[in-house]
Amino acid sequence: MSVENRGKVRVENGRYRVTGNFHYAYPNDPIRDETGKLLGVTNPADMTHIHAYGGEAPFFENLSKGKLLATKCANPKCDAHNSIFIPYRIHCPDCLTRCEQIDITKLAQKGASVHTFMITERTGAFNTLDKPIRFVNVEFEGVSTILMGYLSVGEPRIGMKVIPIFQTKNPTYTIMDLSWVPQGTNEADLPEGFSF
Amino acid sequence: MIKFSKQQLKIPQMSKPVYLVTGGMSKFDRAIPEKRTEELVIDAFLEAAEFIKKSPEELKSYIHSCYYGHFADHFGDQLLGEAVIHDRLGLDPLGNVGIKTGGATGGSTIWEAYKAVASGYSDTVLAMGWERMDEVPTDEGNHYIASAADKDWETPMGHIYTGYYAVMAQKYWQVFGKEEESFRRTLAEIAVKNKGYARMNPHAQSPMKITVEDVLNSPIVAHPLRALDCCLMSVGASCVILADEKTAYELTDNPLLLYSSAGSHTLRVADRRDMDIPLLPNESPDQYKDLGKRFPGGDRYPGFTGFLAARMAAYYAYGMAGIVDPNEDLDIVELHDAFTISDIQTYEDIGIRPYGEGRTYVESGECYHTNPFTGKPGKLPANLSGGLIGNMHAVGATGIMQVVEVAQHIWGRWGEMHADEAKWKRFNRVKPDDWTNLQVVGAKRGLAISHAGVGSHVTATVLMHPDHQLERRG
Repeated sequence: MSVENRGKVRVENGRYRVTGNFHYAYPNDPIRDETGKLLGVTNPADMTHIHAYGGEAPFFENLSKGKLLATKCANPKCDAHNSIFIPYRIHCPDCLTRCEQIDITKLAQKGASVHTFMITERTGAFNTLDKPIRFVNVEFEGVSTILMGYLSVGEPRIGMKVIPIFQTKNPTYTIMDLSWVPQGTNEADLPEGFSF
Repeated sequence: MIKFSKQQLKIPQMSKPVYLVTGGMSKFDRAIPEKRTEELVIDAFLEAAEFIKKSPEELKSYIHSCYYGHFADHFGDQLLGEAVIHDRLGLDPLGNVGIKTGGATGGSTIWEAYKAVASGYSDTVLAMGWERMDEVPTDEGNHYIASAADKDWETPMGHIYTGYYAVMAQKYWQVFGKEEESFRRTLAEIAVKNKGYARMNPHAQSPMKITVEDVLNSPIVAHPLRALDCCLMSVGASCVILADEKTAYELTDNPLLLYSSAGSHTLRVADRRDMDIPLLPNESPDQYKDLGKRFPGGDRYPGFTGFLAARMAAYYAYGMAGIVDPNEDLDIVELHDAFTISDIQTYEDIGIRPYGEGRTYVESGECYHTNPFTGKPGKLPANLSGGLIGNMHAVGATGIMQVVEVAQHIWGRWGEMHADEAKWKRFNRVKPDDWTNLQVVGAKRGLAISHAGVGSHVTATVLMHPDHQLERRG
């Protein structure tokens, strides 16, 4: 069956409006052993889920505009007052008040550092990154958390200074729109669609 | 939360003691296409009934509520699989509930079952766990497992959960392992040990007689971890029956006291905030003041090197069971060796060794059944089942398997349950000519640690012979 006209979603008046196909049905096949004995069947499934970003939507929207957003606890009565969180947290984990959104693009561009990393040739189904993948966990000055990402240029090492790059051309509106490169990387060396 | 209130540090006080009556396990393997999950579950239940010489009908007649550990519905494409199993076990219309906490699902299932008995809700309960990870190809299985990471912030990156853990391994390797060849070999020794012990276990999926060099030459997964450093992906089931004192002694003349606790920490390692190290009873407040000097980069806690959830689970369980020093008070442990390096991290989290010194537990030889350096029994043998590296990681069953294995040592019946020729034959496995009884002679107390992924959930289950109780703390 063709997978053309794959499902799309809009929100109108607070409701999802869907068009196109969200699932495709395929016939199953028998599973047999060497003797021909029936042991089971395959169950093909191809379907599309819908997912709400909710209060995190500004983070993902702004990656496509070359901005890195974080949040900060703005409750002066909270022990975590002024703590900066990235991953972006909608609510402070201590006092549960709604956090204030802040732009940390310039802070990151000054040079974040690699807290730890890993390089792997192995991936799961649906992976879109080239292998080997170089994961980096990035530490920012004055930020209480350590962000996970992937390095697009060079080889990672602990303590290495890195800066963010953004997929501003044909963005996916996912975390994949954010990547990292060593400080001093030339724009010409960035992956297709990414810019500083 | 990086500070604890007095209320949060309370040592749990249960209303009544809880006993482990019996337990059983199915065969574990990478794929078992000839059996449905319910058949594996019934295999485990039948073994538990037979262990105390009860018919399935007799044992079932005692059960009042049921706790089912099954992590990944999507592997089997069956939501409410617990209801299917409950029906096939013929336990309707008793109340039942499914429990899911990633890799700690088995331990959490026991935690829930324990509370049901301790509260008086039920006199006897079934805790049953299973997983079948053979119904999708491995790369799709990896995607499903990676779905247990944060779907927006982590999963899209490679869809490979091993990678999200491996950054922690890398940090530990560089900070506490100091990238030393000797440390890398110590990691390999854990794999050699656990694969080797799996050879004595008819249930085990991956028995192997290997060397350190075999581990070091196995395919690299994510430096410094290689294929033989990693846990298995498995199919199988395991169960335990818990009861209050009166009922436990009706069912068997030899029940074991059981204590269970749990801890947690952020799903994303990224969200961990710096904090002071919570201390266990065998540690002192000044002990870690120079940790960052001894191990540069190791002063951030838990950072990417410790599992706070494991430490908290141990803190609660040790207090409940009266354990002061696990090296002195325990005789056997089953730890969540998802990777050789996470095994070492856990030694530190649960106080077998101080932070930074986990490797010495292996290097001392005390984690072996027989200390290879002294020829005497290891002081605290670990993972004689083969663990997750040699025996299995059928996620929902894993934490329960660990408890069954520990219990068989305290019951003095490990040899009986692993030597049985009929079982080896039934599982279509060949008992090795050099099969060795790994029974820990005189075992009185033991511990099982069940752990989810990068440490979001961890449970600690202590088993104790009633004649060897310790004084509760707190």
